[in-house]
Amino acid sequence: MVDYLNIFFLETYKIMLLILPVLTAVALIVWLDRRVWAFVQKRRGPNVVGPFGLFQSLADALKYIFKEIIIPATSNKIIFILAPIVTMTLALIAWAVIPFGKGIVLSDINVGILYLFAVSSLGVYGIIMGGWASNSKYPFFGSIRSAAQMVSYEVSIGVIIINVLLCVGSLNLSDIVMAQEKMWFIIPLFPMFVIFFISALAETNRPPFDLPEAEAELVAGYQTEYSGMMYAMFWLGEYANILLMCAIGSILFLGGWLSPINIYPFILIPSPIWLIIKIILLFLLFALVKAIVPRYRYDQLMKLGWKVFLPFSLFYVVLTSSFLLYFDLLPGN
Amino acid sequence: MKISRFFKTIFLLDFLSGLLIAVKEIFKKKKTINYPFEKGAISPRARGEHALRRYPNGEERCIACKLCEAVCPAQAITIESSEREDGSRKTTRYDIDMLKCIYCGLCEESCPVDAIVQGPNFEFATETREELFYNKEKLLENGDRWESILEANIKADSAHR
Repeated sequence: MVDYLNIFFLETYKIMLLILPVLTAVALIVWLDRRVWAFVQKRRGPNVVGPFGLFQSLADALKYIFKEIIIPATSNKIIFILAPIVTMTLALIAWAVIPFGKGIVLSDINVGILYLFAVSSLGVYGIIMGGWASNSKYPFFGSIRSAAQMVSYEVSIGVIIINVLLCVGSLNLSDIVMAQEKMWFIIPLFPMFVIFFISALAETNRPPFDLPEAEAELVAGYQTEYSGMMYAMFWLGEYANILLMCAIGSILFLGGWLSPINIYPFILIPSPIWLIIKIILLFLLFALVKAIVPRYRYDQLMKLGWKVFLPFSLFYVVLTSSFLLYFDLLPGN
Repeated sequence: MKISRFFKTIFLLDFLSGLLIAVKEIFKKKKTINYPFEKGAISPRARGEHALRRYPNGEERCIACKLCEAVCPAQAITIESSEREDGSRKTTRYDIDMLKCIYCGLCEESCPVDAIVQGPNFEFATETREELFYNKEKLLENGDRWESILEANIKADSAHR
């Protein structure tokens, strides 16, 4: 009995050690996003709460906690309440397999990338549930759009991941990072990185693919009927997802926790710091894109996903595999 | 599709040039100000909070002609007057409902003695509605508080009238 309790508490501590920094990072990333967005538009952005406005997200969260949660009378109450919980939980549990360094990972499972892929696919359920249970026009349209969009781009992300896996020969995320010791995959697979980045934008409903919550036409999409802490949870889940996508991008293409050059001053910096730097750089790109691009039309979005990205990434799979085969570079040989 | 267009699309050239511009913009001077800590310039003819002015000897300027009450499109002004002991006509009541007021400035325009003016103060938000029903006392107090600025503003703007 005591043994079980020990294991239970140990695991809980480990999870807390992961979840708390992630949630803090989400709060900071929201601030960073707003700040970058404001700077591009020559505004100042949130700069009042705390140094440089760093605690703005905290203040927002506090505000949301004290706000009343309104549940529409005609909504399906159980699903309505469940939807934000699902979104946030799914956004957080995916972090379990993200490696922050050699052996610094909550669970080093052998199908890490599949797990990530499965969890991020499930993320669409939170949105569909929220849109459906609201029993209202705009949330419904928003969630339908979101579902179609996420499914479309999931396909091309899957094919992109196949490209990476061909070069690694393992589904374990730590192995994927270690395989990039000689060369980051961004160099041989650069087009795939670009497509991954754009698909990640679509996957996380970021501009220019923020059609599910296109405020000009759908009020706030699937979040329209939500208020108070439930809205905040959607919002947290969304940003946790963005952060996760940045983490996946840096693990798959930017060498994860590895330092850019294996020379003296760089290898002194601990590996989690490198991963965090890469995540932040990738997120800055996310934030800049939000500031500069106009929103896609829905048919353009679908066309881009199915007619451009999917054939191109499939073609690249053939290219990668034939290259590896021809030069006898296949891993595991 | 033109070949140049095709290349631009394939290599995301438009996107990259946009990104470059965005990065450049980040380091430029900000167009906005830290509002509560620093404030923008206000024109001398800015139409803010109302004030009733006095002559330098402390006498009220208002002669209760009720032109402002008549001209007020929102009918926010209520004036009652009576004859004072020295035979002059003065207001006994001068109320402005700041919630009705549309800040058009017609009262200021119509006033023959520059008594009712709209000052530069626009930060007079209150927590209750009642506090925004200004009476004569409050308006005169405003006049006393802002007199130096009001006088300078009227002087600066008089050249354009």
